[in-house]
Amino acid sequence: MTTADQPASAHPTGCEHSSTSPLSIHALTVAYHRRPVLWDVDLDVPAQSIVGVIGPNGAGKSTLLKACLGLIPISSGKVRVYGKPYEEQRALVGYVPQRESVDWDFPVTALEVVMMGTFGRLGWFHRAGKQERAKAREALDSVGLADESHQQIGQLSGGQQQRVFLARALAQSAQLYLMDEPFASVDAATEQAIIAVLRRMRGEGRTVIVVHHDLETAREYFDWVILLNTRVVASGPTATTMTHERLRQTYGGRLTLLDEAAQRMQKAQLG
Amino acid sequence: MIGLDYNTQVVAAATALLGGAAGVAGCLLLLRRRALMGDALGHATLPGIAAAYLVSVAMGGTGKEPWILLAGAAVGAIAGVIAVLVIRRGARVSDETAMAIVLGAFFGLGTALLTVIQASPKGHQAGLSSFILGHAASMVASDLRAASIVALACVALVVLLTKELRLLCFDESFARTIGRPVRWLDALVLLIVTAVVIAGLQAVGLILILALLILPATAARLCTDRFATLLPLAAALGAVSGVGGTLVSSSAPNLPTGPCIVLFAAALFAVALIFAPRRGLLARASASRVRGSPS
Repeated sequence: MTTADQPASAHPTGCEHSSTSPLSIHALTVAYHRRPVLWDVDLDVPAQSIVGVIGPNGAGKSTLLKACLGLIPISSGKVRVYGKPYEEQRALVGYVPQRESVDWDFPVTALEVVMMGTFGRLGWFHRAGKQERAKAREALDSVGLADESHQQIGQLSGGQQQRVFLARALAQSAQLYLMDEPFASVDAATEQAIIAVLRRMRGEGRTVIVVHHDLETAREYFDWVILLNTRVVASGPTATTMTHERLRQTYGGRLTLLDEAAQRMQKAQLG
Repeated sequence: MIGLDYNTQVVAAATALLGGAAGVAGCLLLLRRRALMGDALGHATLPGIAAAYLVSVAMGGTGKEPWILLAGAAVGAIAGVIAVLVIRRGARVSDETAMAIVLGAFFGLGTALLTVIQASPKGHQAGLSSFILGHAASMVASDLRAASIVALACVALVVLLTKELRLLCFDESFARTIGRPVRWLDALVLLIVTAVVIAGLQAVGLILILALLILPATAARLCTDRFATLLPLAAALGAVSGVGGTLVSSSAPNLPTGPCIVLFAAALFAVALIFAPRRGLLARASASRVRGSPS
């Protein structure tokens, strides 16, 4: 991971941490206005894997990512990234927020957004230069948007915007990625393009944690799943963890949704 | 500007710098979606000015020292910003609501204080009401120099921090994840806006400096989709408004400078609104005609 262009930094690169979990959470509780959104969460995420965070609306999936990134205050518990607090490991972590979290009418081009991924390593008064530009172009190219680099982001389709966010994360050159619904409202082709990028990232030794909605595709996409509904219902390898019983626990009394899920799973197993 | 008297030249130069700085600061407010924050802190300067006058008089001063009055304005603006933050957090109301509350309450307080001051024996001579509408023509060279320095400093700060400010305005939470002190950057934006407002108080007055914050920035936004173009364009439109308004006002007796500057900015905005390349009314109308036509 260490590249020549990278300035000497206090942050170690990921390879030295192969023995520790990329993300380790212990007894994490998060509350909004005194109502717990996450309760006593314990997790260890395996390295070099694609991990799905699955649960109903309001289960705390996005909150889990935001708490790990220090974006919202945690009530108790601790989060460790490769064995250390997040604040010391920022350079190792990439983030893809929900697409709706920003104003896509903002006057920047796709390339300029992707270059923001390099800012973490750039000092305050350093302007992004040739190296940053090259890295951003490479990232845009790898998500299939090389031709759109000079488009204003509002002119891109929803799927292209999602891929711009993914490219920005790639430009971060991180080891652990947290992605908030990268598959939300994208077309099938984009979804395939995104999952291909995630698999390539896994092949390079990175770990990707993805908040995901669709139970149907979860089995295909993820090596490991975290079933979440305020508490962790289960966490483990997809095949043994995504059982009917566990999903019933995760989705609680929402029977229609659950039966739908069961049908889809049967269909998926038959197919 | 040959043929113009020295005073007009000085006023034109200072209002150009001021207009440019207001354009740049306005872009930040606009992109950070805090346009109303400029209004809130601007109106909050008024009770600050009135209070500074009262303090100065109570301590035996004349109440006319510009530095004291402007310091009061700054204190008022900062108090306004703090009030917005406190109301937003404490009452769990939206940003916009909090800013509207502060704007109204502080301006009400300022107007009440001014009325009391003007009814007092010496108060009507203090000329505090000129802060509301400005009095560029009667500014002295040192006032203009101070306003110019503040304007230049604000622009320099924004240029220096362009990369960080763009990141803050576009994606605050991403900025936080890579370790940027978002709160301090936000505070810096408000500080720049406050400085521009105060620098503009004497020249164009409170109400009009607020208009000058928004008009060039919005006009520039209509004309470009590039951040790198937006800031210089807004600065240029603000500067042109400063010079244009000053020239118009000097062309006839009794035309006040401040309102002329803002009218000039409003005219530029109107032109942008109609003729801007993709977002202008004409471009939109023809685009929808093309879309609506068969074939």
